Amino acid sequence: MGYTITEKILMAHTDLKDIAPGQLINAKVDIALGNDITAPIAIREFRAAGGKEVFDREKIALVLDHFTPNKDISSAQQCKAVREFAVEHGVVHFYEGGQVGVEHALLPEKGIVLPGDLVIGADSHTCTYGAVGAFATGVGSTDLAAAMLEGELWFKVPASIKFIIYGRLAKWVSGKDLILHIIGRIGVDGALYQAMEFTGETISTLPMADRLSMANMAIEAGAKNGIFPPDAITEEYVRPRAKRPWKFYFSDPDAVYADVIEIDASKLEPQVAFPHLPSNVRGISDAGEVKIDQSLIGSCTNGRIEDLRVAAGILKNRKAAPHVRLIVVPATPLIYRQALQEGLLNIFMEAQAVISPPSCGACLGGHLGILAEGERAVATTNRNFVGRMGHPKSEVYLASPAVAAASAVLGRLASPDEL
Amino acid sequence: MIFKGRIWKFGDNIDTDAIIPARYLNTSDPAELAKHCMEDADPAFMSKMKPGDIIVGGENFGCGSSREHAPIAIKAAGISCVVAKSFARIFYRNSFNMGLPIFESGELADAIAEGDEIEIDSATGVITLSGSGRTFNISPIPPFMEKLIADGGLMKHIARK
Ligand code: SF4
Repeated sequence: MGYTITEKILMAHTDLKDIAPGQLINAKVDIALGNDITAPIAIREFRAAGGKEVFDREKIALVLDHFTPNKDISSAQQCKAVREFAVEHGVVHFYEGGQVGVEHALLPEKGIVLPGDLVIGADSHTCTYGAVGAFATGVGSTDLAAAMLEGELWFKVPASIKFIIYGRLAKWVSGKDLILHIIGRIGVDGALYQAMEFTGETISTLPMADRLSMANMAIEAGAKNGIFPPDAITEEYVRPRAKRPWKFYFSDPDAVYADVIEIDASKLEPQVAFPHLPSNVRGISDAGEVKIDQSLIGSCTNGRIEDLRVAAGILKNRKAAPHVRLIVVPATPLIYRQALQEGLLNIFMEAQAVISPPSCGACLGGHLGILAEGERAVATTNRNFVGRMGHPKSEVYLASPAVAAASAVLGRLASPDEL
Repeated sequence: MIFKGRIWKFGDNIDTDAIIPARYLNTSDPAELAKHCMEDADPAFMSKMKPGDIIVGGENFGCGSSREHAPIAIKAAGISCVVAKSFARIFYRNSFNMGLPIFESGELADAIAEGDEIEIDSATGVITLSGSGRTFNISPIPPFMEKLIADGGLMKHIARK
C-alpha cells in the first residue's frame, strides 16, 4: 500500500519503516518558527524546563511581525524578550525592524522553508509552506519550546483528503477564490485533523503566489496541513532562494485517502466570505449591496507582489470611494521595494491608499487599521471571526485582492467587472 | 480525577479570537489574559463564572489561531476543564501540552442546559448530570496524552526524560 506525500515527509523525519494515519510519532523538525506573540511564552517555557542551548541555531526562525513597529509598551517588552533570546542563542533567522516581513510571506521568500521539510510554527498559518511541497503545521508555544530544545516533536499522522481541481479559472478568479470556495463547501471543520492535498490540472499551472494563499487557509478548514505536489513551478521558485538541499516527495498512485473531492474550477466567480466564518462563502454576484468602510490589501494570504500588481491594475487612474479607508500592506521589505520600483506604490497613493509597513497589525485587529463599532471591511486576509479586526460589532468580508480593490473604488462589495 | 462544577454552554466553532481577542495579546501574563477570557463570545462571562466551573462547547472548539493564550486564559480564569463535541487540533494540542484537561463528548452539549451541574470522572470516562443522574461517555484519551497530563504537560514530560 502506498503513502501520501504528507505521510512520506513525516516518515522521512523518523526512523520508522511504516506509518499510518492516527499513529502518534516523534519526528525531527527542520525549521521551528515563532513570532512576537507566541515566542515569549515559548521562551518562558524553554527556560523553565532548564533549557540552556537551542538544538540548532540555524533551524529556528523568530519573526517580530505582529505588534510591530512596536504598538505600545507591552508589545515592546515582548519584542525585547524575543530579541534578547535570539542574541543569546545566536538564532540565525531573526527578523525585526527594516528586515521584518509577515512571517509566512518572509520564510518562503528567503528560501528558509524548502520542499520536503518538516516545519512547525507557533502560528496557525504555518501551513502556508505546504505550497512548496513541505509538511508544515501550526502548533502552540509549548510545542515551539520543546522543538527549540529537542529538535523534535510529537505528531499524530493525519489522514489526507485529496482535492482534484480541473478547469480553467475565469478572469479575476484566483487561488484565493478557489480556497474560499473549498472552505465554503467543506466547512470550517471539514478537514479537522486531516491533510488537504491539492492536485489536478488547474493546480499544475497555478502560480506559486496562488498556491501559497491556498495552503495558507487550510487551517481555516481545520486541517493540520495543506500541501501541493512539487513540480516545475516549485523548482523555479525554490532554486534561486535555497541555500541548502531540498527534496521533492510525491504521493504514490495507490496512496490511501480519507476522501477525494473533485472541483470544476471553470464555473467559479470571485468569492467572498461573509461574517463571521471563513466558510460563510458566496459568489460576488450574490453579495448584494454591502457598503464598506475599509479595504485591506495585504497579509500572509495576499500581500505578495503578485497580489499588489493585481490590485494596482484595478486601482490605476481610480480613487478609493469617499470615506473608504484603503490600506495596502506589502508583506515583506522585498515586496515593498519591488512595488516601489514597479510604480505600484504611486498608483496606490494616487488612489488615496495608506501604505503600511510590513506588519500583521491590521489583519488581527492589533493596530494600524482597527475597525470601530458597526464598521465593515473587505480584507484579503484569512479570518473574519467576531472582533478579528477590531470592535466585536465590526464585520470582515474576506476576498481576493481584485475584489478588495474594486470594492474600495465603489465603496461596496464589488467585482472588478463592475468598473 | 474528578471535576465537578456548573457548566457554561457555548455553541459550535468558538474561535480563539472569541476566547481571547488578539487586542489583548500584547501580554502573555496569565492573570491579565484571564480578565478577558471568552470576552467576545460573552462579555459578562468573567463576572458570572466561578472557579471550578466547566465550559461546554459544540463542534470545533478553539478553532483559529495557534495562540496558547486561549487555554492559558481559560485555565487562569479558574475553569477546571472544557468539554466539547470536538476540538480544533491546535487547541487540542495546546491543552494537553500545558495541562488543561479537555474531554470530547458527542452527546453532552445537546443534552444539558446553561446552569446545569455535571461531574466528570476522568478515570472511568463518565460524565454525570447532577439532578437527573443521566450519564454520558467521554471519548478515550490516547495513552501518550494521558502520560502528558500525568507528567504535568509537555515540558515537564521532556524534563523527566
Ligand atoms: S498576516 Fe494575519 S493571519 Fe498572517 S500571520 Fe499575520 S496576523 Fe496571522
